[in-house]
Amino acid sequence: MQLQSVSHKKLLAHGAIIALGLLMIYPPLWMVSSSFKPGQLIFSEPGLWPREWTLDNYAQGWLALGIPFSKFFLNSVIVAVLSVVGNLVSCSLAAYTFARLEFRFKPVLFALMLGTIMLPFQVILVPQYILFHALNWTNTFLPLVVPKFLAVDSFFVFLLVQFIRGLPRELDDAATVDGCGPFGVFWRIILPLMRPALAVTAVFTFIWTWNEFLGPLIYLTATDNYTVPIALNAFLDSTGPSAWGAMFAMSVLSLLPLFLLFLFAQKQLVQGIATTGLK
Amino acid sequence: MASQELVGRPQKLHARGAVSLIGKRSRGKNRHTVIPWVLLTPWLIGFCAITLGPMLASLYLSMTDYNLLGDSTWVGFANYIRMFTDDPKFLTSAGVTLNYVLVSVPLQLAFALAIAVLLNQGLAGLAFYRSMYYLPSLLGSSVAIALLWRQIFGSAGLINQVLGAIGFTNLPAWIATPDHALQTLILLHVWTFGSPMIIFLAGLRQVPQDLYEAAAVDGAGAWTKFWRITIPMLSPVIFFNLVLQMIHAFQTFTQSYVISSGTGGPVNSTLVYTLYMYQQAFSNFHMGYASAMAWLLVLVVGALTAIAFGTSKHWVHYAGEK
Repeated sequence: MQLQSVSHKKLLAHGAIIALGLLMIYPPLWMVSSSFKPGQLIFSEPGLWPREWTLDNYAQGWLALGIPFSKFFLNSVIVAVLSVVGNLVSCSLAAYTFARLEFRFKPVLFALMLGTIMLPFQVILVPQYILFHALNWTNTFLPLVVPKFLAVDSFFVFLLVQFIRGLPRELDDAATVDGCGPFGVFWRIILPLMRPALAVTAVFTFIWTWNEFLGPLIYLTATDNYTVPIALNAFLDSTGPSAWGAMFAMSVLSLLPLFLLFLFAQKQLVQGIATTGLK
Repeated sequence: MASQELVGRPQKLHARGAVSLIGKRSRGKNRHTVIPWVLLTPWLIGFCAITLGPMLASLYLSMTDYNLLGDSTWVGFANYIRMFTDDPKFLTSAGVTLNYVLVSVPLQLAFALAIAVLLNQGLAGLAFYRSMYYLPSLLGSSVAIALLWRQIFGSAGLINQVLGAIGFTNLPAWIATPDHALQTLILLHVWTFGSPMIIFLAGLRQVPQDLYEAAAVDGAGAWTKFWRITIPMLSPVIFFNLVLQMIHAFQTFTQSYVISSGTGGPVNSTLVYTLYMYQQAFSNFHMGYASAMAWLLVLVVGALTAIAFGTSKHWVHYAGEK
């Protein structure tokens, strides 16, 4: 009797979790299905299974801005990949220096670094724009990418510092005895051991830059420099809400890389969030 | 857990850094004086040129009148005074943002905690469920989802199709109605409760099971266990999530921009703070005024964080402390 009521309760819990979960992911699922529906059905068919299938939306959306969407995807990939590389190189160097090397003013600099983790980006937005404008960098990817090579995402520096502190110092000492300098220790010992934390850094940098809107909105003015989010927004502005099918089609494509990360980088995503509160 | 250390005990981190510094000095005798600075160069340049420099520049700009083309003129605190005395649109945007933060963050955290507790009862398939609930968080900040939201809550959108099918009539275009537009944005924020949920799940796993067993022996029901054990034991994690999500919510931009085509409409009902600041800076080229707005935001976020820390000892319970 007791056992049965427990398993009933579990069944009920499973049912509730699944029902609520389906409700949660219904909107994006509906968007995927609607991207295969003829235009007018989007406004009359709340169900998931299209009564009529078409690929017109994809064909129409792909060329909607005059430049094929492949160009915007290429731009987004360039920005995201360079950002990932930049963050990996610069943040791991800074983190190693803070975690393992001794130098003057270290406590002060480390405190300053920590202090910028929670800094609202709005406060540096305007002067940064003025700076990049003066350098003639507007309408290039430089304002989006160069900061990543300068370790300005303190969050990741902190994440990597924490990780390095957990590695045994004996390894460093052994390598030093074998004749490695500080950079040698970093390159041969720390960097290979840091792989899990670097994976978290790479995954979140990619997600953030793939979704980034405000930066590209300010800096990228010519259509052929648009990243995917800016192109989608421009698509909405240029056609108004009449071309939902085509917009949905391009939106689905824009979410595809995130979804692939979701499938193949579960571990990094969960770890990153659970240990540091990354979004 | 690193997350607790991040907000809960920063002093401890500094202390540890300082201690290891002294310890190492006496041992290593400044063996490498140049190399650390070489390795730190990218960060130093970034910190000075991309973070600290612009911060100070914006503090200066906030006391000037500057339109990017001409020279800047010193105006003292005029920008700050104007915000509160001569700019109703500013007050509207501050109100919209407060409304947004104060409603969406507690709702989001309540959902996150409720689902985390629901998932944490040793059910099979936890990893799968966790992923399902996390997916909206991953997608939620994209332009694609903002576009989708615009359709869903439009006059013939998904919501009205469903409501119409079950018999409702005279349905509004939610996104175009001043009374409802902000609610759709709040709903979008609540929808992305996946990341605080994952943090709660990690926290729940740290709660010692013997506490629940002891409470069960004393005859405590599920409700009592939740309020007397789960909530106090989880309070550092709740605190962490609260601070983090509040800071995030204060800075919301993309969704309002896409859903209102950059206007903050209808009738400024979705004009969140950063959107208005963006308009001032990059549509009107009031760089000085926008900088003043940015600094006010820093002060508000800083003050809220300080209040959260200041009050934390009254309600945040760290295991092992009395």
